[in-house]
Amino acid sequence: MSTPYAKLPAWADYGLIPLINLLVAFAVAGLVVLLVGENPLRAAVILVEGAFGSGQGIAYTLFYATNFIFTGLAVAVAFHCGLFNIGGEGQAYIGGLGIAIVVLSFDSTLPWWVVFPLAIIASALFGALWALIPAYLQAKRGSHIVITTIMFNFIAASVMVYMLVNVLKPMGSMAPQTRQFLEGGQLPKLGWLLAEFGLKVRPSAPLNISFLLALVMAFLVWVLIWRTRLGYEIRTYGFSSKAARYAGISEPRIIIVTMLISGALAGMMALNPIMGDQHNVPLDFVSGAGFVGIAVALMGRSHPAGIVPAAILFGMLYQGGAELAFEMPNISRDMIVIIQGLVILFAGALENMFRPTIQGIFASISPGSVGITATKGERA
Amino acid sequence: MAEAAIELIGINKSFGAVRANRDIALEIPRGTIHGIIGENGAGKSTLMSILYGFYQADSGEIRVNGKPTNIKTPNDAIAVGIGMVHQHFMLVENFSVLENVILGAEGEALLKKSIAKARSELHRLEDEYGLEVDPDALIEELPVGLQQRVEILKALYRGAEILILDEPTGVLTPAEADHLFRILQQLKEQGKTVVLITHKLREIMAITDNVSVMRQGTMVATRKTSETTVEELAELMVGRRVLLRVEKGEAKPGAVKLAVKNLTVRDSRGVTMVDDVSFDIRAGEIVGIAGVAGNGQSELMEAVSGIRKAVSGTVMLDGTPIDLTGQADPGELRDRGLAHVPEDRHHVGLVLAFDESENSILGYHDKPQYLKGPFLNLDAIQKDAQEKIEKYDIRPANPRLKTANFSGGNQQKIVLAREIEQDPGVLIVGQPTRGVDVGAIEFIHRRLIAMRDQGKAVLLVSVELDEIRSLSDRILVMFAGRVVGERGPETSEGELGLLMAGVEHKEAAE
Repeated sequence: MSTPYAKLPAWADYGLIPLINLLVAFAVAGLVVLLVGENPLRAAVILVEGAFGSGQGIAYTLFYATNFIFTGLAVAVAFHCGLFNIGGEGQAYIGGLGIAIVVLSFDSTLPWWVVFPLAIIASALFGALWALIPAYLQAKRGSHIVITTIMFNFIAASVMVYMLVNVLKPMGSMAPQTRQFLEGGQLPKLGWLLAEFGLKVRPSAPLNISFLLALVMAFLVWVLIWRTRLGYEIRTYGFSSKAARYAGISEPRIIIVTMLISGALAGMMALNPIMGDQHNVPLDFVSGAGFVGIAVALMGRSHPAGIVPAAILFGMLYQGGAELAFEMPNISRDMIVIIQGLVILFAGALENMFRPTIQGIFASISPGSVGITATKGERA
Repeated sequence: MAEAAIELIGINKSFGAVRANRDIALEIPRGTIHGIIGENGAGKSTLMSILYGFYQADSGEIRVNGKPTNIKTPNDAIAVGIGMVHQHFMLVENFSVLENVILGAEGEALLKKSIAKARSELHRLEDEYGLEVDPDALIEELPVGLQQRVEILKALYRGAEILILDEPTGVLTPAEADHLFRILQQLKEQGKTVVLITHKLREIMAITDNVSVMRQGTMVATRKTSETTVEELAELMVGRRVLLRVEKGEAKPGAVKLAVKNLTVRDSRGVTMVDDVSFDIRAGEIVGIAGVAGNGQSELMEAVSGIRKAVSGTVMLDGTPIDLTGQADPGELRDRGLAHVPEDRHHVGLVLAFDESENSILGYHDKPQYLKGPFLNLDAIQKDAQEKIEKYDIRPANPRLKTANFSGGNQQKIVLAREIEQDPGVLIVGQPTRGVDVGAIEFIHRRLIAMRDQGKAVLLVSVELDEIRSLSDRILVMFAGRVVGERGPETSEGELGLLMAGVEHKEAAE
């Protein structure tokens, strides 16, 4: 027998529940802070001020958020097809290889606005290709995509070490990274945009034009999933592979196409740190953004309108967390990871923990406001 | 009147905002067979789950043999003598009958003693109630009717005085059902109390002493079976008068639309599910396929509609073969005028998480009228869905509502509207009224007859014998993957029942 559930109005579903989850996560995190002998309220103030209190802080927050928007979108697109792409990390890393090839070839001869589109294509292409093999194995051989994408993260890491040490490293250099990009390989910063709002931003702040690209991609993902025939097919397959078969949607085709799009989005993430900030391709530049993307997609309910704020939230945790570790000696980098973990736990994994209670409250306040739905065979 | 075996007083149960049971009062006298009838979602199963301890009521009282009883888990229910036979059996397939019977009541660490005890106990039950089963047979080797008997034995072995059966005849042939009813009769004579949950009015009339009708979570009436009629019960269930009989004229069969020849299909384990089946369907006729669930009807439908791979044989649609390699594009078959209403509308025919309008194009989403280049033409889709909603009286009339929020009958109408409105030449329909309320059944049956009268070929697969007999112009009976007989619609239920059970016609005549 199916268990009937009350359905909440959209604002509660997408606004209230994530907010409550977040507050609980911070409350528990506050206990942890208390445990190490610091004042949780002061910690919260430092965290938020560090992230949003200055132009410089905002620039860093949005810079980190840019990474998470790309990887969050990548995970979300695969989610809609019922696929769990854990390989954003590796796809982004390999995307960096594509960028290296384009930029190292053209940065001395072409201006940035010509190199940038080429680099976008190269990063998307390399990321997509890295997703293609797991996608093919899933579509044709039934190898589980979670396993294969995880393994491909390790392969990507090893490939990049080899490439950086043996191929891309300039002669005589000790560091396993490419040479510094010339002007053609450097993206314009967006500090002036914040300065328009009267905020003070130093030129070193890493926020750059890839942030705008991320927002454009968020919009395009929304169009893809909810407004195109392909998106319709992706969602159909994601909800029910049997219904997709019935509707004449080719299973291998939809899996492969979706994973190519997902991998391309993950690959594009590499643009932000490489061309926007570091101006070279170093080791481990992805540094976990691929995994944070999973939490961002979960928290954003796989919808771009949720992913962008979720990415900014995690950007805040990164930036504000760094400030916090700096200001409070008892709070180390690892503590910040614990706080991030709590947010992921409550907002992602335990997303449905408070739902029944809230539904009950809604139902008792105004029974008319909630519809009725049988959730059997249906994914959230 | 005998003392009440079970008394329910003011039972309430809500799931979120849904009140599955409200203020249920029910008294079941000892030593009777009590039917509980109602449409899907009326709250029958919830009520019985409360009685058996799967759920707990939000409020209300349960009295067993006059004593207020707190039933928190199925173990509590068993302790007070309540046993339940579920719609889907809870048996370990590769255990023997004996092992299944003692499961959960093993006693001590070594099984020898309890097995011996169970064996003698089974013999006693066998003598007393005519429940014959070989105690050493493996469950997976037993036919469904016998598996059900094992479930009953399990309950009796645990000392059940009150036996609840949830839709027990869904998987049985008519003959097996008759046998079950004889057993229930015998249990009653021995003083046991039987609660029978069903949505089949005929069974209620045949076997019960009293019947209670549920509608939308409330108990609307309790009647003595001898003092009520099928018509009255149907009206109580639905809340309005229903036409139980379908009016239809003579069929005027035309040219052959769909020709199936020597079709053989295996399932994923390699078991032959459809074995050398041949038949034709002509324009302007409904061909019904009768049979107990699991005798190859599903696989036959899937193969003919291009979803499942066939091992051998041909299927011709308007004289052109259908690709049976399993690589067929169902979209292409739709273009050729083959529409398919699948058995499982929850997972195949619909995406429950989609809006109604999104489901109204499923499978036709690549038709140019629904597209603008690579984009969906949302205006056209909404308008199209709105038209279908009006024409098929789909409620609520909101194309933006999530499909899961529609009732079973309305969901089925969404599928039917989608498939019929594309004006196909051949319509394959599986279990069109499964889980559909009585009111919608009437509507769906009339639509199918209308299809036939427009000169379409309709293949109807259903496990409801009444439905097959009232709609079909010809009836094919499937047993163990083969078509074991073709009969006219006037054939008696008994004869069809024997064919469904695999008894050859010759033997049947003797």
